[in-house]
Amino acid sequence: MTVASRKTEAENGARPFQKAVPDFSKEQDLAAYERMLTIRRFEEKAGQMYGMGLIGGFCHLYIGQEAVVIGMQMTLKPGDQVITGYRDHGHMLACGMNPKGVMAELTGRTHGYSKGKGGSMHMFSVEKGFYGGHGIVGAPVPIGTGLAFANTYRGNDNVCLTYFGDGAANQGQVYESFNMAELWKLPVVYVIENNRYAMGTAIARSSAETNLSRRGLSFNIPGEQVDGMDVRAVKAAGDKAVAWCRAGKGPYILEMLTYRYRGHSMSDPAKYRTREEVEKVRATHDPIEQARLRIIEKKFASEDQLKKIDAKVRALINEASEFATHDAEPDVSELYTDVYR
Amino acid sequence: MPTEVLMPALSPTMEKGNLAKWLKREGDAVKSGDVIAEIETDKATMEVEAADEGTLGKILVPEGTHDVAVNTPIAVILGEGEDKSAIKDVKPSQQQKAAESAAPAKAEKAEAKAQETPAPKQEQKPPQAPEAKAASDPDIPEGTEMVTMTMREALRDAMAEEMRRDKDVFVIGEEVAEYQGAYKVTQGLLQEFGAKRVIDTPITEHGFAGLGVGAALAGLKPIVEFMTFNFAMQAMDHLINSAAKTLYMSGGQMGCSIVFRGPNGAAARVAAQHSQDYSAWYSHIPGLKVIAPFTAADAKGLLKAAIRDPNPVMFLENEILYGHSSPVPKLDDFVLPIGKAKIARSGNDVTIVSWSMGMSYALQAAEELAKDGIDAEVIDLRTLRPMDTGTIVASVQKTGRAVTVEEGWQQSGVGAEIAARIMERAFDYLDAPVARVSGRDVPMPYAANLEKLALPSVAEIVEAARAVCYR
Ligand SMILES: Cc1ncc(C[n+]2csc(CCOP(=O)(O)OP(=O)(O)O)c2C)c(N)n1
Ligand SMILES: [Mg+2]
Repeated sequence: MTVASRKTEAENGARPFQKAVPDFSKEQDLAAYERMLTIRRFEEKAGQMYGMGLIGGFCHLYIGQEAVVIGMQMTLKPGDQVITGYRDHGHMLACGMNPKGVMAELTGRTHGYSKGKGGSMHMFSVEKGFYGGHGIVGAPVPIGTGLAFANTYRGNDNVCLTYFGDGAANQGQVYESFNMAELWKLPVVYVIENNRYAMGTAIARSSAETNLSRRGLSFNIPGEQVDGMDVRAVKAAGDKAVAWCRAGKGPYILEMLTYRYRGHSMSDPAKYRTREEVEKVRATHDPIEQARLRIIEKKFASEDQLKKIDAKVRALINEASEFATHDAEPDVSELYTDVYR
Repeated sequence: MPTEVLMPALSPTMEKGNLAKWLKREGDAVKSGDVIAEIETDKATMEVEAADEGTLGKILVPEGTHDVAVNTPIAVILGEGEDKSAIKDVKPSQQQKAAESAAPAKAEKAEAKAQETPAPKQEQKPPQAPEAKAASDPDIPEGTEMVTMTMREALRDAMAEEMRRDKDVFVIGEEVAEYQGAYKVTQGLLQEFGAKRVIDTPITEHGFAGLGVGAALAGLKPIVEFMTFNFAMQAMDHLINSAAKTLYMSGGQMGCSIVFRGPNGAAARVAAQHSQDYSAWYSHIPGLKVIAPFTAADAKGLLKAAIRDPNPVMFLENEILYGHSSPVPKLDDFVLPIGKAKIARSGNDVTIVSWSMGMSYALQAAEELAKDGIDAEVIDLRTLRPMDTGTIVASVQKTGRAVTVEEGWQQSGVGAEIAARIMERAFDYLDAPVARVSGRDVPMPYAANLEKLALPSVAEIVEAARAVCYR
């Protein structure tokens, strides 16, 4: 358990992680790179399509945080569950959901994952173990705890990854969930994506204890802070947490120190932080650039081979956006379906 | 190929904006993520980021331009190895074409404004709302033994039978296991099914309601007991946002088979925070089913149906009725249809509609009225959502008069809904305006005399029925 220091350097922007992280194999590094890049390109495209009026309402981009979901997903096995809030596009792609279906949901079309009735914040895939996609801050936490409860009830060794933000960490229901999860030793990893802001509120302005990995202390839940910009560090911490859960030892908290480059949602002018702050993280900690440099340095792939991966990813995303642009709006008869079954 | 940068929509409502400032000049290199311009929307000044790498080839809209419509090309970015001569070849990007042809409402509007020729969009008509259909009650075979039992026992038996039948059914809530239920409704369940399936929770309504929803999304069938529904307000977000809406928001993929049950309505002498009827609250919500039984048999048959139902069901019991006894058919599997009202007493002169505790006042009033020669028909709704409008309307077509009885408040109450449906579907049959008898428009008082005055009474119902009969 590594919940020692009260104050973290994360508050003033510096990353405390000089410690060595286990290396990835060539396959792992290349796979992680491609998957993170897929999320990045998907989100950039979603941003453009929002700008063109093809996507409506709220649209929360995941750019900058890609290493968190990709690293965590590498720790899962079939039957494990994932749940998160409204900043969910990356989680869905990480779960293996089809970019076409996700993008078509963003544009509110027939072949979106929710037939166009859920939108950016509300998508699900029973098949891929993705349980949403929830618009209410904090609500996924007890729901994820309930998914973990179902694993215990059924006596399997599956684990539920329950993601929430630094802002959500101040919701009362989070602590109600922590209590029950530890009391009943439920297999849930609480992944706190601390991207330093909840809309315009910097963590230090909202949180009496800004080291969120300590938030489980009074429930006896172990927690640790993780460099959420390094996919290898995420995977290593995730492996440990998931193994803890699978062994029946109860919940585990991982505080992912990460950063979102874009505004909270598309309409956020982001005046609560400086352009320089964003640029600095981007220049020094970008999860995808780190992976790219590593791959080149270790000669896992050449610049040319990486360009090919880039082109492949771009093609996949363009295909998704083309599909989502031309797919039909839901038939009016869908208005009344799916209220009950 | 050079790509165009289009005027972006930067908020859910933006149709046009001012191009405040260019931060890059023609010939500057840009990479993805660079801020190239600032745009003023009605709300804020926003930055436009480049999405592609290349060189800013040409600025099409100079800074200081006002009211630039969303999707207007504002600049051209040249790709690697392209020079300015390529600009004349620039074609509207594929997506811009798509944006035009695929007709996203916003882009279309903005364009229409720019040309000042509003293109009328064909308004789509909503389809007909489906009518809820419910089966009739099953026939009770002749000679079936009727067992008199309390509603408390009937509810317990319903849960026990369903738990024997389906291993995915479990009970969770405060004091449901070792204490045997705060109102002893779960008596004996822990002993029969063990602690894995009868689970005491901490006092954590918001949390365990959400946990129940999660377990249901995973395919289990939780019965979540609220010690009383007064405390379910802390869980309201999960009842409505998480349980009721997930099926719809997932396009039918992921449903939530769960029962939330517990005592609802006025209890005795516990004052405002512990004495309130939530019938109207839950009956407002599409995606929920709402049941509120009056007899032990209905309680049993409907709770069994609720547990089997693939949707979230609010099962509103009543503390005062827990100890009331009535006959329950002794059958292996007695299940009643959700959504079907029952004629508890037939009559020809006036229709009285109620449910749960209100039924006890309504039936007494009918007896009083009979003494005066007024033959009242009393309908027990049993299910509030989906509401059995057909049975109410058929009765009003016969009697021409209606009185609703509820413990809850009148404003936006269930009685108001019933009156509106009667007006919509049986207006021509009405011989008098529909009368509503309800709880008074005050928080429940503690003092015995005031509490009595705050609740509907038999005398009020009699008076209302007389009034609509002009007698
Ligand atoms: C209960 C609730 N309150 C407020 C909101 C509005 N809201 C949406 S996101 C958000 C900020 C949440 O920040 P955080 O948890 O840090 O997640 P992030 O957006 O950084 O991913 C707020 C206040 C909401 N959706 N739900
Ligand atoms: Mg945050």
